[in-house]
Amino acid sequence: MKLGYEMVIGLETHVELHTRSKIFCSCLNAFGAEPNTYVCPVCMGLPGALPVFNEQVLRYAAMAGMALNCHVHHRSRFDRKNYFYPDLPKAYQISQFYRPLCENGFLIVQTSGGEKRIGITRIHMEEDAGKLLHDEKNGTALDMNRCGVPLIEIVSEPDIRSAEEAVCYLRKLRAILTYTGVSDCKMNEGSLRCDVNLSIHKPGEPFGTRTEMKNLNSFQSVEKAIEAEFERQVAAVEAGETVVQETRRFDQKSGKTTSMRRKENSADYRYFPDPDLPEIYLTDEDMTALREKIPPLPDERRERYMKEYSVSAYAAELLTAERWLADYFERGAAKAESPVALANLILGEVFAQLTARDTQHTGERDESSLPISPEHLAKLSDLMNSGKVNSSTGKKILGALFQEDCDPERYAQEHELFTVSDDRVLNAAVEKVLAANPDMVVSYKAGKLTVEKALMGKAMAETKGKADPERLRRLLLDSIARL
Amino acid sequence: MNDRIPALCGLTVVELVRLLDRGEVSSTEITRAYLNCIRERDLQIHAFLEVFEEEALAGAAMADQRRAEKRTLSALDGIPVAIKDNMVMKGHLCSCASKMLADFRSPYTSTVVAKLQAAGMPILGRLNMDEFAMGSSTENSAMGVTRNPWNLEYVPGGSSGGSAAAVAAGMTPVALGSDTGGSIRQPASFCGVVGVKPAYGTVSRYGLVAFASSLDQIGPLCKTAADAALVMNVIAGYDAHDATSDGALQANFTTDIKKGSAPLFGLCFGLPKECFGQGLQEEVKDALLHAAQRLKALGAEVKEVSVPSLPYALSAYYVISSAEASSNLARFDGVRYGYRAKEYADLDELYRKSRQEAFGMEVKRRVMLGTFALSSGYQDQYYLKAQQVRELLRYDVAQALTDCAALLSPVAPTPAYRLGEKTADPMEMYLGDIYTVPANITGLPAVSLPCGLSSSGLPIGMSLMGARDSLPTLMGAAACYEQSEKVNAGLHPYDFTEGSERK
Repeated sequence: MKLGYEMVIGLETHVELHTRSKIFCSCLNAFGAEPNTYVCPVCMGLPGALPVFNEQVLRYAAMAGMALNCHVHHRSRFDRKNYFYPDLPKAYQISQFYRPLCENGFLIVQTSGGEKRIGITRIHMEEDAGKLLHDEKNGTALDMNRCGVPLIEIVSEPDIRSAEEAVCYLRKLRAILTYTGVSDCKMNEGSLRCDVNLSIHKPGEPFGTRTEMKNLNSFQSVEKAIEAEFERQVAAVEAGETVVQETRRFDQKSGKTTSMRRKENSADYRYFPDPDLPEIYLTDEDMTALREKIPPLPDERRERYMKEYSVSAYAAELLTAERWLADYFERGAAKAESPVALANLILGEVFAQLTARDTQHTGERDESSLPISPEHLAKLSDLMNSGKVNSSTGKKILGALFQEDCDPERYAQEHELFTVSDDRVLNAAVEKVLAANPDMVVSYKAGKLTVEKALMGKAMAETKGKADPERLRRLLLDSIARL
Repeated sequence: MNDRIPALCGLTVVELVRLLDRGEVSSTEITRAYLNCIRERDLQIHAFLEVFEEEALAGAAMADQRRAEKRTLSALDGIPVAIKDNMVMKGHLCSCASKMLADFRSPYTSTVVAKLQAAGMPILGRLNMDEFAMGSSTENSAMGVTRNPWNLEYVPGGSSGGSAAAVAAGMTPVALGSDTGGSIRQPASFCGVVGVKPAYGTVSRYGLVAFASSLDQIGPLCKTAADAALVMNVIAGYDAHDATSDGALQANFTTDIKKGSAPLFGLCFGLPKECFGQGLQEEVKDALLHAAQRLKALGAEVKEVSVPSLPYALSAYYVISSAEASSNLARFDGVRYGYRAKEYADLDELYRKSRQEAFGMEVKRRVMLGTFALSSGYQDQYYLKAQQVRELLRYDVAQALTDCAALLSPVAPTPAYRLGEKTADPMEMYLGDIYTVPANITGLPAVSLPCGLSSSGLPIGMSLMGARDSLPTLMGAAACYEQSEKVNAGLHPYDFTEGSERK
């Protein structure tokens, strides 16, 4: 708490819902297509076109609300948010202002300071805008594929007090939403975007004036932006300046925030109920059916992994951070002799290989980045855990499975990778190495014990790396002693 | 010149259908007759913004072929129709009579036009209107005024002035209009034709360029109510592209047309006393009271009723319609389609100049009015207050309709006025909508039909407004009324049978 100041943060998170079609038309909701290919009169806002609500959006939004402990209203409604911008073809965004679908939720996060409850003010449904593509040569072009992509905006209470809490909140939010299956929450594709509202005050004093930083698209930039803006506000207040309410841009390169526009000049959105869309209604039966569709959420699974599989709290937290990973682990754990070993293999070598393979450094992982069946990985984990293949061979097999998924046992067999524990074979290797390196034996006997490692390496190489390392080491030391 | 206007152009849809069914005339002959009439008369009247001559004749030829092969698409297969220029049709311009959309060609077809096409009706062309349907005289068109066929010095009413004038002049047997505050019914009454504003949700609005989304409704203008009922059968119905469309309102609109000596026996018509006070011209009042007598003679009961909140309807209408319009017309910003200013320094100036240069005065007035009414700090006083009036009016009208089948009222306080007479004073123009806006605010159906001529020889209209599902009844009653003693016979600006002009 720098100079006694505390930061006060509220987050507005936009999440694209993973529906098949857009929110008000039947165009595909997909990322990465050629510009202006997933468009129609409705999402292009052509004269005369009318929106028709995609009920799947309502179902997903309500499930998100339920998963985030919100009160989901039986009745809600769409409003028009009026403003001019070239990426907004109707010059109004269909959103919810007066009567949002969900209100009064919360989520619990685990921070280094312990458990913390962060309130959720509201969740409302709205349509996304298009994308402006700026080009030096041709000027600005408009891609309307994103127009009408369904969004929920999740507004938190100003309960967050540090960058760490903000990131924990976002990670938890992402975990819960991906579990619920309503969004893939890929920050690099913009399906989860975050606006940070931040002010400072001294505890016991009223909150200061807040600034807003829009469209932060990675956990890292959220963290850095918060720290930079906190520093800036503290410096400003200490210098006797006042913080003005405004939107600020966070620059990744400089690590600083700069003013974008003053809030007092900002538009009056003239919200009013959209007359093209009837009131939205969810019956009690709808609510029950949706509640039943919500799968066990990360906290519940974390507890279960600790209990059922004896996985450590730390490992369980990591394994449950993303649904696909938790699903993957569960499928593997069902087959594995030691789920703990499987967990360690995943969090250790598998993660290391995933990171190595992420050449674009997106930090995004999903089931497609792990092309090995959980059953095969479980088998590999068992082979390694039982010593049938040693750990370095295990890593090699893992690398091979990443290339082409197959049964690791058969792979080990075909490539003769099983651990060699036949004393005759191992002794032959030891003798050969000792005979070829008499000087090393001499220096070992003279007390230079580190030479053992080099001799082990050579003996291991003689077995093509397949020796049971413990056995090999014992035989090596025994042989040297006998010399 | 009029000897070249064939008698076909004086016939009703019912009569044309009969001739087609008997094989006495072909759709091509009918279509050609109307195209000829347009060529002869529209130079003076200027109801059409564009005539789709080739396309209409091709459509007629196909209709004739279908009829020859006994596979007609609908009762109206081969009957030509013309559309107000705010309903989009793929590949065609749709200007809304605005400089803003003068060159806008739609890449898709509105549901209502698709229904006309699916029924086999050749489309004659696009009809003039007040810009973006804002106005009551068609003088707000950026494409020039339309003249009243009864007297070329007079306005045809608006905003569907082109539609009403085209039907009255025999240039089309059917026209579609749109009605946000009276825009079908008032021009129908000024031009002496029948205009129908169905209940909100009856006809899909998909592809109708929105003016005020909660009020807009498409409907037909025809020579008779029986004709309009046939057209309603074609255009009504649920549409998955319009979330406000209501399939429950689909009906057979021709079933309630009864004959006999007292066909209206058992029906009660209420005369809202609030509609017969100040501002109503004496001869319009007399025509209405005369019509009430005639309804009685047809077996109906007529009594006075009260709709206390009616005097507030007009203010509420102008607030709500302008508020919605300010949002609906915001998309015309010069960025993606439509008019764009030639010179601009930045994005803001592109917006400002494009809209400044391409919108007419009345459109700007409404956009400003609506923007103000929705502004934070004023919304409670204007927009929300207007919504409260809307609720109140719905309640009051429902009360008045509990023991009446319909409310009988004037359509407009006066018959058609002279061109330019009211353009200087928008308030006076707005006051002319006083009797028509309640149907839009309440979403109820209403029919406008001729009930007499003024001393200066201009048509006077009466309005029947009923409960949400009452349109078949209203149209049935209107049809009985017009058939009785042939009250409307000869109510045409031209005498088609003689081949010479009346005046």
